Amino acid sequence: MGKSIVDKIWAEHVVHREEGKPDLLYIDLHLVHEVTSPQAFSGLRMKNRKVRRPDKTFATMDHNVPTINRTQIDDQVALNQMTTLEKNCLEFGVELAGIDSPEQGIVHVIGPELGLTQPGKTIVCGDSHTSTHGAFGALAFGIGTSEVEHVLATQTLWQTKPKTLKLEINGELAKGVTAKDVILYVLATYGIRFGTGYVIEYCGDVIKNLSMEERMTICNMSIEGGARAGLVSPDETTFEYLRGRKNVPTGEQFDQVVQQWKAIASDSDAEYDKVIVVDGSDIAPMVSWGTNPSMTAKVDASIPRQNDYQTELEKDSLVRALSYMGLSEGQRIEDIKIQHVFIGSCTNSRIEDIRAAAEVVKGKQVHPQVRALVVPGSQQVKKIAEAEGLDKIFVDAGFEWRDAGCSMCLSMNADVVPNGEHCASTSNRNFEGRQGAGARTHLVSPQMAAAAALNGHFVDIRKVTVGAV
Amino acid sequence: MSGIKEFEGKAVALDRANVDTDQIIPKQFLKRIEKTGFGRFLFYDWRYQAEGVLNEEFELNKPENQGATILIANENFGCGSSREHAPWALLDYGFKAVIAPSFADIFHQNCLKNGIVPIVLTEEEVGFLLAKGKENSFTLSIDLEKQSVTDHEGFSAQFPISQYWKAMLVNGWDEIEITLQLDDKISAFEQQRETALQI
Ligand code: SF4
Repeated sequence: MGKSIVDKIWAEHVVHREEGKPDLLYIDLHLVHEVTSPQAFSGLRMKNRKVRRPDKTFATMDHNVPTINRTQIDDQVALNQMTTLEKNCLEFGVELAGIDSPEQGIVHVIGPELGLTQPGKTIVCGDSHTSTHGAFGALAFGIGTSEVEHVLATQTLWQTKPKTLKLEINGELAKGVTAKDVILYVLATYGIRFGTGYVIEYCGDVIKNLSMEERMTICNMSIEGGARAGLVSPDETTFEYLRGRKNVPTGEQFDQVVQQWKAIASDSDAEYDKVIVVDGSDIAPMVSWGTNPSMTAKVDASIPRQNDYQTELEKDSLVRALSYMGLSEGQRIEDIKIQHVFIGSCTNSRIEDIRAAAEVVKGKQVHPQVRALVVPGSQQVKKIAEAEGLDKIFVDAGFEWRDAGCSMCLSMNADVVPNGEHCASTSNRNFEGRQGAGARTHLVSPQMAAAAALNGHFVDIRKVTVGAV
Repeated sequence: MSGIKEFEGKAVALDRANVDTDQIIPKQFLKRIEKTGFGRFLFYDWRYQAEGVLNEEFELNKPENQGATILIANENFGCGSSREHAPWALLDYGFKAVIAPSFADIFHQNCLKNGIVPIVLTEEEVGFLLAKGKENSFTLSIDLEKQSVTDHEGFSAQFPISQYWKAMLVNGWDEIEITLQLDDKISAFEQQRETALQI
């Protein structure tokens, strides 16, 4: 029997194995950010420990950086967290893309951009969306701060091998249906727990035909299905994306490393603990209406009713969610009015996302009742977009064009959705209070967010003429 | 961390499914650089109405539930982000154990690393405890070595926990210290791997 990519990566990284214990797994890349690391560094300091491999550790600040007026930060507590990271990186010899760096950005956007993320690596970060890096055929997962400290001190982690889930998406996507819709559809169909205890391997024709950035969008939200990691076996698309990037070998060495990367891909006869098959042609543009990502419907559908559910717990969750969202059972998705639009986050803030949204917006105007924000995932993405004149398209249409960071994805900085207002957001979580106390989040693709910005409510992107000025 | 073997405490029932980490500790409180002091922000948006007024309806705020050390919740508790601030907040508030039919993976790990015992019982058992807790607060005893949860009225259930984590919790061991004893092995691994990959 063949082996899956997870089996192969795991086998290559076990440092120590002992009966009755998890495996001690070697970590190739440790990404660090300002929110989940300060307590880990103080832990090291208290015990007089060092960072074992600063060369395999890379830090940036993204969660609470302002996306406007960066030279003057008013939030003293946030500022303290940022300067603490700077001090820690200096003291422990860790490379940092700080607030002034042209490489600064959301940790899951810059890892791939800088070529740090590579096939076959084990990658961790004190952040649950570390699953994003799985798009490259890396085993990448989020960890807590105690584990951050453990990796800093030892470059290893005690881990029990997860089960494997093959999620095959066959066929073709209809026009207007994006990678974001694929993952939202999967969550709407299988719920927010189907991946608990598993690593998801995405495959099938739909995945094969996606770009690296689209694959990242899907792997990013694996955690929303309960899986700590999601990945795609590397192929030509992966290698081409990595060719020529900083931190990636060049010339002959590149060809050699590609051979190693090829060998890590799943064998065609690999065995999995669970298999799910999805028909890609069944997927439509999706909009979340509730307070977890599985509470999502097709844009031309309606919000469910209590009768659509079997158990009391589900009915209770529906009622609770709708009361928080200020929506009613059976309401049409296209009738939901929005007051805010956020295009950004580690799910959808890469250059392709920004281009796709710009196509929709070009030559049009943001609805007068809507405040709309574009926050590129990294300063590099921002620079490319500006070189292509995309910033101008957005600003002319009435969008705000910002510096890179997590921004309104979790609103730790000043970018907040006010109480009771609705936001079409390209981020990944619609939990209560995520975008601000009482804020009502609807998860959508960049195209759908852009179209909602122009109309003040959700519209079916399949019916909108895109790019026609 | 000192070891945990057995303890008795007041239980409080929070009968909601999919309680996420944004609920356990909202993001505006993640900016601190210490591990302590998060307890007053636990379940902040549920515990307080606007302007910091106590929401008297919320389970944790009921007078009879004051001083609870065991939280009973419904399925998929702790889903969402990896923030360890969630167990820090639970711990700082006074909780020593959380009982639920299922937990999200990262949260489950984070509890173990901070000496909070995440206890998985069957849906029926948790259902029984949730129903009991809705009527009145009550006392539960948890014995980590016997892996049991009992009350004074005949309820008794067994819970699973890996032998590894049981030993870690009971003895209060420092995981990093244990790993550092394998330092030579890690170095040997690094050497062999770096030669193989020619890096
Ligand atoms: S963009 Fe959002 S989900 Fe991604 S790392 Fe930042 S806060 Fe987390």
